[in-house]
Amino acid sequence: MDHVVHLSNAVAVLGQFPVLAGANLTVDRGEIVLLQGPNGAGKTSLLRLCAGLLPLARGEATVLGCDLRTNRESVRSRVGMLGHANGLYADLTVAENVRFWGATVRASRSEVTAALTRMGLAQRLGDVVVSRLSAGQKRRTALACLIARRAELWLLDEPHAGLDAAGRDELDATLREATSAGATIVVASHELERAGALATRVVEVVGGQIRELSSGPESSRPESTGPESTGPESGEAN
Amino acid sequence: MLRVARLLAAKDLRIEARSRIVTNQVLPFAAIVMVMFAFALNSDAVVSRVAPGLVWLATLFSLLVLVQRAFAIESADGATDALRAAGVDPAGIFLGKAMALAVQLAVLEIVLLLSAVVLYRAQLRLSGVVLLVTTLVAATCGLALVGTLYGGLAAGVRGRETLLPLLLLPVVAPVLIGATRATEAALGTGGAAVADGWPWVGLLAVFVALFGVGGTLAFGPLIEE
Amino acid sequence: MATPKTQITDSPAEYSDTKRAPLGRVRSTGTPFTRTIGIATIVSMATLAVFGLVLSPADVRQGDSVRILYIHVGTVWIAYVAFTVTAVSSAAYLWKRTRSLTWDRFAGASAEIGVLFMALTLFAGSLWGRLSWGKFWVWDARVTSTAFMFITYIGYLAVRGLGGSHQQRAKRSAVVALLAVLQIPLVHFSVKLWRGLHQDSSVADRTHVTLQGLMLFSLFVSLIAFSLLYLWLLIHRQRVLAMQDALDDKGLDYALQQRRDEGDL
Repeated sequence: MDHVVHLSNAVAVLGQFPVLAGANLTVDRGEIVLLQGPNGAGKTSLLRLCAGLLPLARGEATVLGCDLRTNRESVRSRVGMLGHANGLYADLTVAENVRFWGATVRASRSEVTAALTRMGLAQRLGDVVVSRLSAGQKRRTALACLIARRAELWLLDEPHAGLDAAGRDELDATLREATSAGATIVVASHELERAGALATRVVEVVGGQIRELSSGPESSRPESTGPESTGPESGEAN
Repeated sequence: MLRVARLLAAKDLRIEARSRIVTNQVLPFAAIVMVMFAFALNSDAVVSRVAPGLVWLATLFSLLVLVQRAFAIESADGATDALRAAGVDPAGIFLGKAMALAVQLAVLEIVLLLSAVVLYRAQLRLSGVVLLVTTLVAATCGLALVGTLYGGLAAGVRGRETLLPLLLLPVVAPVLIGATRATEAALGTGGAAVADGWPWVGLLAVFVALFGVGGTLAFGPLIEE
Repeated sequence: MATPKTQITDSPAEYSDTKRAPLGRVRSTGTPFTRTIGIATIVSMATLAVFGLVLSPADVRQGDSVRILYIHVGTVWIAYVAFTVTAVSSAAYLWKRTRSLTWDRFAGASAEIGVLFMALTLFAGSLWGRLSWGKFWVWDARVTSTAFMFITYIGYLAVRGLGGSHQQRAKRSAVVALLAVLQIPLVHFSVKLWRGLHQDSSVADRTHVTLQGLMLFSLFVSLIAFSLLYLWLLIHRQRVLAMQDALDDKGLDYALQQRRDEGDL
């Protein structure tokens, strides 16, 4: 019962549309789980559900020991979420943004500095206003904000998007460091080669449900081949 | 909660100091409204008689703009979600944003009051200073609190530009009435005595207390998805 | 009551049956209870018409225009009762031990009726004002704060219409309804204080309509008739809203199955 994430037949609804249609997923401590799947499959919603941002409509969901049906607020401060939007204030500098987001979770000054350094933002870029940054630099800043948050569970939505080669390497190194320090990571990405090399497990999200694929990289397959049955996963859920 | 509030307020004010939206856009807007009032009323005597009311009316219009701006900052790049995802106390967000809004409103009101002196020949008098300052403080707090409350509700939804005035203007009617009467008393407009103004400040204080407590409790459920 | 409620079906075969069932079966919002109230409403309204228009005498000073009051007082009564019910239902929804979407639907249904009857009140009131005082509108505290209440609940209904899940709608609108409870006395009190400087605070104090005998009786008939009408409207509207919500839930089951089928392509 010590899973970091445990979803059992989880249904989540946006308006009247079921973005998650009975998802089963179990993630253990230290894993890096890659979510792949077509656009609109429910990857983002899955991450938002785990972050406590999306209410659970049916089924069960436990994240870091918090029952999301009753207690989805308390999980938030322990989870770090990087969505499609960066959540940065355009008129503040890089350093001010990271400091602000660090301060929301009481990160110390040294932790903020370390986060800035990690993403290569400590020197010249630190005092640049975010609105003047390129898309990739903004992404780096958002990642630095995330690092400063010292989350137990990292939920990343297309983190590689817009990053250059160096940025991707830094990101991958950061994620490996985080898991070796005890964090768990769920990442949604279309960049299967890069993210697949990083992941300890790959699952496919289709039609708001989750299909277990395999351990390790499994790219170059746009469509699923296996049978529909979510056999081992749904069995485990009950 | 207060730590978060200070953090948010400092952040909002720093953003304003950088972007100068209020100084460069909202203040000129409020000034042109004051000039337009004079066009509409077309009489020096009438304008100087109703000067306090016009100041507060212009403040209300500007409040709508300021509130939209305050929440546009958060929603521009998904910061609202990020705040919720960071588990930041909603009561802290509420008080922090209200504090920053109050500072901006106070600056705006002082400028409007001075413009009333210049444009409408409103008279300031020494005996009314204490009343005037108290009125400004109380009305500013009241407007900032309800503005933030309904601004937060409207921020995340479709049609926010039209929903906000519909919700906000009926609520701030007591502030318009109270602040106008108290300002009239402070300035001696229409022969009002300073002492007449204090009951109105009392009304404003009740307003601040009710919406301060109510808003702190209600803001969380309102911004929650 | 005995009919099976919404079931979550997982297999497509089972599903196609449930898809047709609730939508094809015509369900009425009427029950023997509401029919009784409905008939009682018609009877009491007819009684009101007879007493209000025929049996009761014209006022000594106001003449026949006093008859507008038999409508006006009834509608304003409904509006106030309706907004009170909205507030109480909203509080009942927010209180965890009584949390149920039924409360939310009662709050919404009641507010809709309240807004409708507040509009009628303002309309009938301004007609009466024109006849009695020669003015459609007076800046009286009660009149003015009534108009504010009208706008406030239009705003409440706008908040209800924002969309999202039922729970989201319920929580948001319940909070807004309770904020309206804070706001209404403040507006009323401030307007009263404002007008108090100039004149008497209330219409009733100034116009001295003294209703006696049959006139007073007609007024009571009016209150009864309109109360019954309110009850009838409230129950039906609540049931319609419940059916709408149930339909949405059914739609969700359907959408859920479609969503799952996406994965099988």
